[in-house]
Amino acid sequence: MSENSDRSPLPNPLPQAGEGAAVSPACDALKKTRIATCSLAGCFGCHMSFLDIDERLFGLIELVEFDRSPLTDIKHCGPCDIGLVEGGVCNAENVHVLKEFRKNCKVLVAIGACAINGGVPAMRNNIDLWDCFQEVYCYEGGLECGQIPNDPELPLPFDKVHPIYEVVKVDYFLPGCPPSGDAIWNFLTDLLSGREPKLDYEMLHFD
Amino acid sequence: MQQFEFSDISRILTPILARHGGDASRLLQVLLEVQDVCHFIPSKAIDLIAAHFGVPRVNVEGVVGFYSFLSTHPVGEYRLLFSGNITDQMLGKDELMQYLCNKLWVEPGKVSEDGLVSIASTSCTGMCDQGPAALINGWPLTKLDHNRLDLIAELIRSRKPVADWPAMLFEVADNIHRGDVLLGQPSEPGAAIRATLARGAKETLAEVDKSNLRGRGGAGFKTASKWSFCHAAIAEEEGGIICDVGGHPERFIVCNADEGEPGTFKDRVLLNSYADLVFEGMTVGARVVGASKGFLYLRGEYRYLLQQLEAVLKRRREAGLLGENILGQTDFSFDIEIHLGAGAYICGEESALIESLEGKRGRPRNRPPFPVTYGYKGRPTVVDNVETFACAAKIAEKGGAWFAAIGTAQSTGTKLISVSGDVARPGIYEYPFGVTVSQILDDCGAEGRSYAVQVSGPSGTTISWKEFERKIAFEDLPTAGALMVFRRKRDLFQAAQNFADFFAHESCGFCTPCRVGTELQKKIMSKIASGYGTASDLEELKRLGHILKTMSHCGLGSSAANPVLDILEKFPDMVESKLKAFAFKPAFDLDGALATARTITGRDDDWAHL
Repeated sequence: MSENSDRSPLPNPLPQAGEGAAVSPACDALKKTRIATCSLAGCFGCHMSFLDIDERLFGLIELVEFDRSPLTDIKHCGPCDIGLVEGGVCNAENVHVLKEFRKNCKVLVAIGACAINGGVPAMRNNIDLWDCFQEVYCYEGGLECGQIPNDPELPLPFDKVHPIYEVVKVDYFLPGCPPSGDAIWNFLTDLLSGREPKLDYEMLHFD
Repeated sequence: MQQFEFSDISRILTPILARHGGDASRLLQVLLEVQDVCHFIPSKAIDLIAAHFGVPRVNVEGVVGFYSFLSTHPVGEYRLLFSGNITDQMLGKDELMQYLCNKLWVEPGKVSEDGLVSIASTSCTGMCDQGPAALINGWPLTKLDHNRLDLIAELIRSRKPVADWPAMLFEVADNIHRGDVLLGQPSEPGAAIRATLARGAKETLAEVDKSNLRGRGGAGFKTASKWSFCHAAIAEEEGGIICDVGGHPERFIVCNADEGEPGTFKDRVLLNSYADLVFEGMTVGARVVGASKGFLYLRGEYRYLLQQLEAVLKRRREAGLLGENILGQTDFSFDIEIHLGAGAYICGEESALIESLEGKRGRPRNRPPFPVTYGYKGRPTVVDNVETFACAAKIAEKGGAWFAAIGTAQSTGTKLISVSGDVARPGIYEYPFGVTVSQILDDCGAEGRSYAVQVSGPSGTTISWKEFERKIAFEDLPTAGALMVFRRKRDLFQAAQNFADFFAHESCGFCTPCRVGTELQKKIMSKIASGYGTASDLEELKRLGHILKTMSHCGLGSSAANPVLDILEKFPDMVESKLKAFAFKPAFDLDGALATARTITGRDDDWAHL
């Protein structure tokens, strides 16, 4: 293991992260950094990898608190310091969520191959949307009566799956499928201690 | 869609395979013939071909996938490929292509439902002086207009074989407007070889050295050095020396006629009307380096020249200028074989060309070793441009001092310039090196209203009207021969975008900086063109350009950013006028991208819009 994966406690936390950010009253003199996470057209694999930082979560939770995230089940993102977005943009709802993140997060991070390039969901980009719908809903194994669902509650899909940087401005890209727990840990500790995040080669190769 | 039974394929393949023999370097030639007959390469044919050559199936698939004229899906009985160069575009190619598509009820890039016809774009076909141009089943169509397309649509609908189409559709003119020592002074076939034999090989090399001839493909390497390196190279195989100086003459002379640089068409004219001079130069080269075999690598787009070139070779063999004991010299045998390309720009790079000659994917090799020591099948090989060989023949005939007296100190002799774009008289102009751009513009009828000139194609340099006094020479503006002229009010951004698309299409995919970089460059240019560009995109283009220049495996990648960086530097207003004032704008029309799904589901509620 490289020196980057040491599990020592965090370096000095951000001096005063997130002015103007909503801060929970439980937080005392030192404001905690507020983080939101979400998965758009992704598989939650990057979130699982995030959990792979294991017991370092205890150290992290001393410094941060979570806004919208699968960890909190908060439905809408409020003002935050850091937003981690997994997955690409495949439908209208993804755009609403992504824009909400961009509006509320000071720093927006595209995490994982799908957010950065479209990834596995973008493999449908070579298939005509009509063909997709027909295959899924009209042919064998489809819905009864071969109907195509049209309920307004269902998010409407785009012609193609897009990387998130094509929809909003993205500040950082954390590559990997998924990025390892160590890479996520390094990235976050760099960001929290006010350093420009930098991943060594060991954190970026996947063979 | 055509269906081929196994027995059909076997019947089609047997004679083709028998004719080409068992050498795997014939693979590409075999595939071209199969594509011709079947209009695609059936999967079963790949099995049979792989078994025939004793290579893994994946090798054959790899070659099929690499070359754009080969395909694994049927492309229609009539495959029409419009030349996509910027000069064709300026002559209305996009509108004409759509017009023909509408007439034949086919979508661009797709095959009609009855499998009759497909219409798509291809890279420059080398007919920029008589565009808009296209290829129909490999045959060049020139000067396309609505009338001609009406006729072509009719011919296709009546399923008339392309061989029976009216000849006027296929007329290709030389358009030589200015000749000098190469084009203006005819040579007697055999004169250069006779002079070489009389003078001696070593002495002829000395003349080429004295002439200071430099490669005409653009890079400008000194030809005499290349020839003497090849002559001195010793190839070893399995521990034994298989050729050495004065020993077994296992050396090769290759003529690079893969004239893929958009806007260049001088080699087409040389091969059409001066083929003797080119073959003569190759033969002189063979005598100097001690080669017994030569190849002419003819780009697939110029396949229509194949028959007449074969006839020239035959005539030269009969005249004793090729083959065994040339001109009665018992120690001098040399013959030339023509090898066809299949639509891959990268094969103009000499090591990629050699790979392609060996029947493989045209992937540039690591250099060193250079082809002069380790080339075709590992043997010392000279790869020179068509025009270089033509010059070499003249030098062998008239001497090095005569040649060195023409041109400038560092760039001796003349250069063929292919002029196209916004000029009155597009075509071929031969000038002594050192001619100014403004002189050429005057001669071809650009009349001082030119705004920019693209020198040496997309991989070359864009110069603005302020730089028209610059000289065509290796000291100032090196060129492979293309000169595309843009008048005032032409959208130069469109040209740069066309070139970015070209590089993304032609990247061989071997190295990541080029494969990904050219694609990203294309994407950003398209984003700006469709009105979604912001200032940060320009910074990204510059950063990408730096990566392409410094990190790519070969010249394609390292020059792929040239047109984009040039326009950013020299015509910033052309780009900035297209930018949005916002700090950020999505790269595509969000609501528009939902339109298909709205149609499919029949929804039009608030949530179905963005």
